[in-house]
Amino acid sequence: MTTRESINNLKYDPVVLLEGVAKSFVVGGKQLPILDEVSVRVGEGEFVSLIGPSGCGKSTLFNIICGLERPDRGRVVLAGNENLRAVDTVSYMPQKDLLLPWRTVLDNVILAREVAGDDREKARREAKELMSLFGLAGFEKSYPAELSGGMRQRAALMRTMLAHRNILLLDEPFGALDAITRTKMQQWLLEVWNRFRRAIFFITHDIEEAIFLSDRVYVLTPRPARVALHLNINLPRPRRYECVTAPDFLAIKKQIMQALTST
Amino acid sequence: MIFRLINRIPVTALGIMAVLLVLWEAGVHITGMPVWFLPPPSRVFTALVEMLPQLLDHSRYTLLAALTGLTAAVLVALVLAVVMAMSPRIRQGVYPLLVFSQTIPIITIAPLLIIWFGFGIMPKVVVVTLVCFFPVAVSMAEGMQAADADMVKLLQVMGASRWQTIKLILIPAALPSFFAGLKIAGTYAMMGAVIGEWLGASSGLGVFMTRASHAYQADSVFAAIMIISLISLLLFALIELISRLTIPWYYNERRK
Ligand SMILES: Nc1ncnc2c1ncn2[C@@H]1O[C@H](COP(=O)(O)OP(=O)(O)OP(=O)(O)O)[C@@H](O)[C@H]1O
Ligand SMILES: [Mg+2]
Repeated sequence: MTTRESINNLKYDPVVLLEGVAKSFVVGGKQLPILDEVSVRVGEGEFVSLIGPSGCGKSTLFNIICGLERPDRGRVVLAGNENLRAVDTVSYMPQKDLLLPWRTVLDNVILAREVAGDDREKARREAKELMSLFGLAGFEKSYPAELSGGMRQRAALMRTMLAHRNILLLDEPFGALDAITRTKMQQWLLEVWNRFRRAIFFITHDIEEAIFLSDRVYVLTPRPARVALHLNINLPRPRRYECVTAPDFLAIKKQIMQALTST
Repeated sequence: MIFRLINRIPVTALGIMAVLLVLWEAGVHITGMPVWFLPPPSRVFTALVEMLPQLLDHSRYTLLAALTGLTAAVLVALVLAVVMAMSPRIRQGVYPLLVFSQTIPIITIAPLLIIWFGFGIMPKVVVVTLVCFFPVAVSMAEGMQAADADMVKLLQVMGASRWQTIKLILIPAALPSFFAGLKIAGTYAMMGAVIGEWLGASSGLGVFMTRASHAYQADSVFAAIMIISLISLLLFALIELISRLTIPWYYNERRK
């Protein structure tokens, strides 16, 4: 089994380490177990995806990592330091883009810098230089309502990236996009990742997306979630979209599909 | 902009008003009602033209009290709303007091206001503030409560303090609601100032009305009422304009 092996032979120190994390919510007076002993790790600069059926607790797991929810049991260690707070290491891109409608694109993407107390003009200058990388050049002064869906996601991603944190949590960033835009955004995300080399923990429903983007993939069972499968994706990088039809790719896809349907 | 404004003139409302005025005019003439009791619109209009310099002179005082009171009301309301947003405990303590304050009829504390603030502009300003702060405070506080909880969480993960969250999320999110409340307050402001002047004053539309009614000049009273309505309408339009300039993003989004 690849699972044990790859967990023990991580190439990098984990920046996210979850051990035996369990969580249940009280729904209608009853305990509803959501996460059941989930253990995952993300190495420094690594791209790791989390795939699982809808409602299995993926967003809840992210909320635990970034400190919005407390786990009932288990351990969360960020950047190898038990005392480190999430706000200092983690940048979160929630499932909704949550761009502030009253701020221009430029002021939206520097939000985290502003919260950190940095000089606003300096942050704006920094951001302006990156606008074209994020495909937003010329839209600095636009309001979010004037952007297309893909542009909104890129703006939200830029905001996440500009927080200057080592860990990026991306919750289904491309979930609401059409297939063509989605493919473009995936390739573009890999470019951005390559440039910034932050650890990315990525939630998706889309098996191909997970394989195409990631170094490793975790597959979760339906609620209460456990890790059903853990895979290294050893496809060579840089990856081009054509590789989704390669035999290696299809073999991995089959394995993940089996894991998702057999549980 | 101008074109849009012309487009927005409520033609139907003006039409209905014209019909009512004609019925009123005809009704007064047919029943032969005395002018001191109910003057016809034509008579009110003549009075308005004749008294215009005097009315405008009095309006200055009333408008000054109304605007000062409204400004004070906005400041008080914003401070209250922000303080309530600092913590649920504070909100639970302050909100019921606000509601309670509205159950006291302003007229009943009028004698106190005269004792405390004399006969100058101050008691009028206080009445306007008392009448106007509540709708603004409530709409601001409710607007802040209704802010997107996920946006607040996003700021939390960025490490924002409560004050930063209030400044960056809650206040901007509440502005559309704030302006809705301010429009209500704006229409109360002139009324508040006139009531304040009834308590005792030497100039202002309230004084003009008191004098006119003592002299049984119903036409002058109506003329003053028209001026009050007109100024209130202008206040309303001014608030709408400020609102459009302050939160253009809201109007753009709403048009979609
Ligand atoms: N604060 C909460 N209180 C009660 N129940 C909750 C809470 N947050 C999440 N849940 C429940 O936990 C379950 C998992 O939610 P979660 O959002 O983590 O799923 P998900 O895997 O992200 O789903 P999706 O793929 O659809 O986004 C759902 O059934 C949800 O209703
Ligand atoms: Mg989710």
